[in-house]
Amino acid sequence: MALVEPGPLAITSGEDTSDFTPLGVFARPVKPRAPWRAWLFTVDHKKIGIMYGAAAMFFFIIGGSEALLIRAQLWAPRGTLLSAELYNQVFTMHGTTMVFLVVMPIGAAFANYLMPLQIGARDVAFPRINAFSFWAFLAGGLFLNSSWLFGGGADGGWFMYAPNSGVLFSPGHGIDFWNLGLIITGIASLTGAVNLIVTVLNLRCPGMSLMRMPIFTWMTLVTQFLLLFAIPVLTAAQFLLMFDRLFGANFFNVKSGGNPLLWEHLFWVFGHPEVYLMILPAFGLVSEILPVFARKPIFGYPFIVFSGIAIGFMGWGVWAHHMFVSGIGPISVTTFSLTTMFIAVPTGVKILNWTATMWGGKLKFTTPMLFSIGLVAMFTIGGLSGVTHSVAPADTQQTDTYYIVAHFHYVLFGGAFLGFMGGMYFFWPKAFGYLLNEALGKTNFWLMLLGFNLTFGPMHILGLQGMSRRIYTYDAGYGFEIWNKVATIGAFTLASSVALFLFNIFYSRAKAKNLPAPGPDPWDARTIEWMIPSPVPEYNYDPIPTVTRIDDFWYRKYEETPDHRLVRTHTTEEVCQTGDSTGVHLPSPSYWPIVLAFGLPLVAYGLIYTLWLSMLGGLVVVAAIYGWALESPDAPGGAHGGHDDHHEPDSGGEADPSLEAGVDATGGAVSESDPSTDDGAVADDREVETVG
Amino acid sequence: MAPLLMIERLRPLAESAIKEGLAAEFGHVEANTNTGISNTKLAMWIFLASECLLFGGLITTYLLYKTPLTIEQGPAPKQVYDIPFTSVSSFVLLMSSLTMVLAVAAIERGDHHRLRTWLAGTALLGGTFIAGQIYEFTAFKSEGMGYTTSRSSSAFYTLTGFHGVHVTVGIIMLVSLLLLSLRGRLPEHRAETVEVVGLYWHFVDVVWIVIFAVVYLIP
Repeated sequence: MALVEPGPLAITSGEDTSDFTPLGVFARPVKPRAPWRAWLFTVDHKKIGIMYGAAAMFFFIIGGSEALLIRAQLWAPRGTLLSAELYNQVFTMHGTTMVFLVVMPIGAAFANYLMPLQIGARDVAFPRINAFSFWAFLAGGLFLNSSWLFGGGADGGWFMYAPNSGVLFSPGHGIDFWNLGLIITGIASLTGAVNLIVTVLNLRCPGMSLMRMPIFTWMTLVTQFLLLFAIPVLTAAQFLLMFDRLFGANFFNVKSGGNPLLWEHLFWVFGHPEVYLMILPAFGLVSEILPVFARKPIFGYPFIVFSGIAIGFMGWGVWAHHMFVSGIGPISVTTFSLTTMFIAVPTGVKILNWTATMWGGKLKFTTPMLFSIGLVAMFTIGGLSGVTHSVAPADTQQTDTYYIVAHFHYVLFGGAFLGFMGGMYFFWPKAFGYLLNEALGKTNFWLMLLGFNLTFGPMHILGLQGMSRRIYTYDAGYGFEIWNKVATIGAFTLASSVALFLFNIFYSRAKAKNLPAPGPDPWDARTIEWMIPSPVPEYNYDPIPTVTRIDDFWYRKYEETPDHRLVRTHTTEEVCQTGDSTGVHLPSPSYWPIVLAFGLPLVAYGLIYTLWLSMLGGLVVVAAIYGWALESPDAPGGAHGGHDDHHEPDSGGEADPSLEAGVDATGGAVSESDPSTDDGAVADDREVETVG
Repeated sequence: MAPLLMIERLRPLAESAIKEGLAAEFGHVEANTNTGISNTKLAMWIFLASECLLFGGLITTYLLYKTPLTIEQGPAPKQVYDIPFTSVSSFVLLMSSLTMVLAVAAIERGDHHRLRTWLAGTALLGGTFIAGQIYEFTAFKSEGMGYTTSRSSSAFYTLTGFHGVHVTVGIIMLVSLLLLSLRGRLPEHRAETVEVVGLYWHFVDVVWIVIFAVVYLIP
């Protein structure tokens, strides 16, 4: 307690800069000359969220094309489009791309864009780390896909089982690219997780207690905790594999007693929480959309929240159900059978809550609503086939067949992706200031639903008939032909629905000029992000709102009469912010996150080809870290000098993130490390050098 | 019912006690955030939680591969350990936690001279530990246990190597703090910077206690 003054550990922004001249090599790029620079060096969580989404769509097109190649190859028996080797690479890269570069980043896109808005914050806790997370994800994704240009992709399946992943069985560099690329995206996920957890825990606006947070924010919090604990396990496993492949270690070398089960355990200890962290953001989105269009509050808010938390915890106790046929013994099999059955309970609770939310509501079947109902229905199918896997004897028959493929596409496409589509249609006006066309949107939904069920529905039958996954072809005469043709037709239908979505974006933007602007609240929504203008101004809220209950925004518009009827008391215009504030202090843009992020793939290329390149990459990384830590908190004379004069709702809770940014920018501690040897260390540098 | 009511009555008391305790625990002054813990410190705690899983994976791997598959595949790590030597270097590392605490206390008092002394001392002790590790690795290598010799040697070097890299990163942070302090860029209202680096440093020490116990001592 021998502290000097209760002096501000969190200094008021600008206050500290007069003490010394910042050492920053470059001034911060406050007034970008070209618009693209505003994106490149931005630390704005909204821009970063949009970039996450755009990058994920880019990778979605790549991964989708790979899926179409697979389906084209399987159109008829003895297909010749792809060789066996190429087929292995294509399905491996399809799985990896879709999991790590599409579903996870779209979740991150929504988390980045929405979560700070939903808790009434100005930005995330560490805006520059946020930018770094995005750029590192992009760098890792591009690095991973660059393997196509350097001799072919990874070919061991997205789970990369040992010893098949060793140099002996996969002598090319594909698996090295997979390993290093995913270590880089892992760093991105980890820094992002730390950042977003701190944001939710620390930066909520006054009155926003945990149990008043919108459900999407809750699910984001659970997701980020899952990431926080799952990613390091994968990273550890990938380091072992990397040392095996590049430096001749013996972790998975069977001759030296390397145990393939070790990989399976490490991978699935990561891999099963991974499944939940992909689906929970979509659950959160649906929990936002359904109440709005059912015109009812969400049914059983605490149940939804706690079932999400329960899924988060129980997700750690089910991993070995991926390994029922690997010989782990009857006791393990029984245990994991039971835990897997139990985890269906919290998921079922959610389904019940969504159904009950819609029950008796005045349903409005808009596009986002359709996608949300689609999720509830399709995820239920996928969930039920998942329960059949928990029955170990049945699972023994299903393992490595198309039944499994059908199951996880029902939960990941029918679940996560439909939810994301709903979320995009729902939040599009908030992010871009125009509504997506409803007629095209509904066509998009029905086409997608049809294509999806045509593609993956028949795979249940194919699997039960005994068709193996990951085999590049099949023989005629087993009854596989017809269902494979249906599935391929379905896949191309699905592709056309995605094309329609992309078309809708440009079409609606062109048409929007002649339409009235949607305004802050086009859906008559419930949560506070709808009380600020669309598109959201750079500073989000001014003044920072004070929240008094769940669905605070709704109750600013409506009041309950004594006989339990809702009456509208205020118009949207009366309760919404106008967005004409000036002089709000925001964190300055920075060069360093992108420099740091793109130093990482240099190190990775160096590890594969020549260590000199690693040295160069290491230098870039170290320079970026020191530049980052020493740069000035604000560019003097920046566009946003002055202090914000009206965001005071006396902040028991509110901590202006810009202040934190100011603090972290002056942060003293700096460090260096070579990410080629230790990703944990890099990540912790990210923490430490932002220490204020 | 009665116990419940009693708990209810005691609750405000307990809460204020917890609050004071927390304040003492987490940095003495409540930051202006929902939790009262500053963003950076909370971030460090959360990050360290994640690190537990990283080391957890590596320690598990080592436990699985404690011995080589056959005796032809070189010596097992426990045949080459020099426990007295490693005990001394472990002691050195543990002492560095003490000097780290003294450094944090010094900057909170505003005693910059002592701060620099203790920071330098901590970095030096950490450096001694790393030097010991390098010596140990070289000795093991000369006794026939190279990185690729067996599954146990790979697991041993990877686990202890990861820890060594963490210590090295810590040393670099300490030296950077020292340089900042010498240039007058570490005033006492930024004491928390030192404290957060300290958190990292203590964590690395605690991990070493686990490694030393599990890897070296338990047969």
